[in-house]
Amino acid sequence: MNNGETLLNVRNLGINFAGLQALDDFNVQVAPEEIVGLIGPNGAGKTTVFNLLTNVYTPTKGSIDIEGNDTRGKSTHGVAQAGIARTFQNIRLFKNMTVIDNVKVALNNNLRCSMFETLLRLPTYWKEEREAEERALELLDVLNLRAHAYDLAGSLPYGAQRRLEIVRAIATNPKVLLLDEPAAGMNPSETAELMSNIRKIRDRFHVAIILIEHDMNLVMGVCERIIVLNYGLIIATGSPEEIRKNPTVIEAYLGQQRGE
Amino acid sequence: MKPTRLIDKTWFRYIINTIAVLLAFGLLVLLTGPTGEGGLLNKYMSQIFIPMGINIILAVSLNLTAGFLGQLPLGHAGFMSVGAYAAALFSIHTDFPKAISFPLSLIVGGIVAAIFGILIGLPALRLKGDYLAIITLGFGEIIRVIILNIPKITGGAYGLKGIPKDTTVISTFVCVVITLFLIHALIKSRHGRAIISIREDEIASEASGIPTTYYKVTTFSFSAFFAGIAGGLYAHFIGVLDPAEFGFMRSVEILVMVVLGGMGSIIGSVVAAGALTVLPEVLRGFSEYRMVVYSLLLIVVMVFKPSGLFGRYDFSLCGAASDIAKAIKKLTHRNKLGIHEEAGK
Ligand SMILES: Nc1ncnc2c1ncn2[C@@H]1O[C@H](COP(=O)(O)OP(=O)(O)O)[C@@H](O)[C@H]1O
Ligand SMILES: [Mg+2]
Repeated sequence: MNNGETLLNVRNLGINFAGLQALDDFNVQVAPEEIVGLIGPNGAGKTTVFNLLTNVYTPTKGSIDIEGNDTRGKSTHGVAQAGIARTFQNIRLFKNMTVIDNVKVALNNNLRCSMFETLLRLPTYWKEEREAEERALELLDVLNLRAHAYDLAGSLPYGAQRRLEIVRAIATNPKVLLLDEPAAGMNPSETAELMSNIRKIRDRFHVAIILIEHDMNLVMGVCERIIVLNYGLIIATGSPEEIRKNPTVIEAYLGQQRGE
Repeated sequence: MKPTRLIDKTWFRYIINTIAVLLAFGLLVLLTGPTGEGGLLNKYMSQIFIPMGINIILAVSLNLTAGFLGQLPLGHAGFMSVGAYAAALFSIHTDFPKAISFPLSLIVGGIVAAIFGILIGLPALRLKGDYLAIITLGFGEIIRVIILNIPKITGGAYGLKGIPKDTTVISTFVCVVITLFLIHALIKSRHGRAIISIREDEIASEASGIPTTYYKVTTFSFSAFFAGIAGGLYAHFIGVLDPAEFGFMRSVEILVMVVLGGMGSIIGSVVAAGALTVLPEVLRGFSEYRMVVYSLLLIVVMVFKPSGLFGRYDFSLCGAASDIAKAIKKLTHRNKLGIHEEAGK
């Protein structure tokens, strides 16, 4: 599985929000097709990691590279083009666009038709639009969304919206897929389906996945390696077994439960 | 879903739309006569189609930025004035035959306006937030002051005179059709989807790999281009350009058309621009109260239908036909159900 190869290399990543050190000394190496879990209490800095990886935030220190390419100074869309795609903790779909158009937006980088060809409706436009339609439908099939293809994204039930976000992220043709609490708000059967879908996506699209999730069954069931964050610092990394037994982790979670 | 069906339907749609455009053209010629005279309407009434067409181009092009891209510009009249002066100066200072000079002057007006669009859009649209409204508001006023202060070129407050009156109902109609076609073609493409995705959620759009600043600036300058064309038509319609015509209120007037028709609805902009051009003519005696009527209309629409008359409705003749067919089917179906229910009681 690992071959010692590194796809995503994050070193000493840190960010400071006006005095609040939301993340510090964050290191992770992700191998191709690896599934890594990122867990920790609320406010631990998990989403911040994703925002840093996608350059939504600019780190105050540290570096990120994917396949040896430094992403510093890149825009968010530049990072997406370099192969990092994500979903959002609070769903961010293009609500007033159809389901299939949501996916086609993410296909944009693989489409080549120039403004000129588009405006004059040259044959290349028609050919590419037809291909995009087919490709988008194929992608929707992966998570059983084809039946909704021509509905507005905002009209989908909650679980389907979460699945559409994943399909949209895959459509950018990423090497690393970042999933921010994909099971939030899902019922147990939807969560079980999600677990098999995550594996399916990894196997079919050959992506590495970093998964933020509170549902421990899902995290322990699907991740090969888990990183635990607390107050912006990594407090443990290891296999699901190791994490389950780790006293620091238990303390962090129990501490939080007592606090609440 | 077989791809062949997609194509067949598209061809069908193109044929229907072409027929519709030809019919509209025929009707227009019938009403105004082939040279602007000798139609069913008198010469004075025929002329209304020119400002109507100009307003349609202005409203639809503003809608591209306001409704589809989701950014609020307040200086559309500024781009119109840039186009008007550029086109007029081109016509005045060149000696091409009319058949070449006039269309060329419109294109020059459009291109100069588009360049201004890029110059204004680049700094304004790189910033997050509603800077575009403020910067375009400033631009509209500054450009007017500049025009006033270079009288050697623009005629200043006395106006730019001697512009050939080349704009006809027919040439306006051709410009409207081309504008509608190009804006529609832009919207229904990968570029259009990128533009709409920015309106929907800018962060998600970036994260999906869309270069949002590029698309914002491109869309904005596209929109300025058509405002420039409308300005060129206006210059060659009126014959004399007065900078006072392109003030803030003119920008607001165009924005009202877009909001009334529905942000993101092309047909809405067309209908609203058409209606708001005719309305002041119909209420001739009340023309001083035009802005009052506008405000009242706006308030009524905002109270009863905040998304505008057409919302985001996207009109297509084929779509309308199949909608009507569906509605009839539903109606007859419901009747049958009604009978069954009665029988069941
Ligand atoms: N843009 C921001 N400005 C200021 N503080 C922020 C910002 N984003 C996140 N934070 C803070 O960073 C900490 C970590 O947040 P986050 O990464 O969202 O946590 P979680 O692990 O629940 O996803 C929180 O204290 C949060 O308030
Ligand atoms: Mg979070």
